[in-house]
Amino acid sequence: MEGNLNLTLKIWRQKNANEAGKFETYQVSGISEDMSFLEMIDVLNNRLIEEGDDPVAFDHDCREGICGMCSMYINGSPHGPNKGVTTCQLHMRSFSNGETITIEPWRAGAFPVIKDLVVNRSSFDRIIAAGGFVSVNTGNAQDANNIPIPKEDADEAFAAAACIGCGACVAACKNASAMLFTSAKVSQLALLPQGQVERAKRAQAMVAQMDEEGFGACTNTGACEAECPKGISIENIARMNREYFSAVFAAK
Amino acid sequence: MSWLTKSLGSSLGKKLLMSLTGLFLISFLLVHCTLNALVFLQDGGETFNKAAEFMATNPVIRTMEIVLFLGLIVHMVDGLRLHFENKSKRPVAYAVINGKNSTWYSRSMGLLGTLLLLFLVMHLSHFWFNARIAGTIPEQMTMFEKMKEVFVSPIPVIVYVIGCGSLAYHLMHGFQSAFQTIGWNHPKYMPTIKCIGNIYAIVVSLVFAAMPIAFHLNLIK
Ligand code: SF4
Ligand code: FES
Repeated sequence: MEGNLNLTLKIWRQKNANEAGKFETYQVSGISEDMSFLEMIDVLNNRLIEEGDDPVAFDHDCREGICGMCSMYINGSPHGPNKGVTTCQLHMRSFSNGETITIEPWRAGAFPVIKDLVVNRSSFDRIIAAGGFVSVNTGNAQDANNIPIPKEDADEAFAAAACIGCGACVAACKNASAMLFTSAKVSQLALLPQGQVERAKRAQAMVAQMDEEGFGACTNTGACEAECPKGISIENIARMNREYFSAVFAAK
Repeated sequence: MSWLTKSLGSSLGKKLLMSLTGLFLISFLLVHCTLNALVFLQDGGETFNKAAEFMATNPVIRTMEIVLFLGLIVHMVDGLRLHFENKSKRPVAYAVINGKNSTWYSRSMGLLGTLLLLFLVMHLSHFWFNARIAGTIPEQMTMFEKMKEVFVSPIPVIVYVIGCGSLAYHLMHGFQSAFQTIGWNHPKYMPTIKCIGNIYAIVVSLVFAAMPIAFHLNLIK
């Protein structure tokens, strides 16, 4: 896949969690505009390996916008300049020949850098483990219409469940707040009958874990919503706030 | 009670305090702005002075004044605390930031609030401190005359106009943000809330800014 894009890349290189990192500059040439951003990094890495250098470490898995691994802060935006896509879904046609592209890892105290562009996002896992589940017995699969759920609720729950836990919301937020992520996970269960039993407990436990992990407090700038590849709405944050406050003030 | 202190100390609790005190201050500003706009009646400040006199002597208002200061202090202390805590959550800064995903003023509430605080120090020392505490405004001088006197010099006029500009942007974000924080984000009402918030922010700030300018230019008789 030969192309005609010649680019300068400024990439954050950091050996491990403890050592200080710095930007390194690389030139890549003959990049096709049909390549994804990750394929462009693959081209660079192949060359680095051939030259006996350490390839740029970055997270990726599905390469189709599902797994949420491909965290890269590109030219000042999580997942680059396009709306509603992850880095693996970003194509080189979004860049122009001769451009300099700056690539940084997610920056947040709660997402420590492991190596180069790879950050540790297990703080998200611990937020889920604190309450993002149902532990009531749901029994066998039931007849489709046994539990009536209004279409609007199902749609809204589904929209919240589209969150892939990529962390772009945290990366975009000036406060490194995880409220869009946490609120999506609170909402997907709060909207459905199966989630009712542990509703109050869940909101409190997940917010407490979110604070414990060292994420910031939301100031409603809306940057998360604008950068989220799955279009998660900040209406979910308002819902989480309602869930939390009613749990705090009404629970016995 | 420990549940209350614990919950108010959480990230959401601190936000709730910002939101509630903010809404309270917004309601105060509306009263303050309406009463002060009476100077534009061109009656030599007669109606305005009566209103100022009432506000200075009515026991309910005087009690609310204490509540107002408490609200202001909570809003300030909690705001500064949130600002510095939030800052510490990103120990390594980005080299490049593309600011297109949000408005600059929504990201600058701490700065705008600090500008407002500096303005407020001057504002309170001009009027409230002299009238209520130090008693340095002579008996026979009315609030109207005091305003005239303060705005002869251009420096307070400039500071007041900058203060009002900061207020406009602080409120444009703060108004709708307060509703979002208490959970009032509903697809049916949020556009209206945002619209009212913007109108409120701009009108209140313009009316306030018009006072020092009009006094300075001798437009108020
Ligand atoms: S809310 Fe959006 S940006 Fe945040 S983790 Fe989920 S998908 Fe990613
Ligand atoms: S690699 Fe899976 S979302 Fe990008």
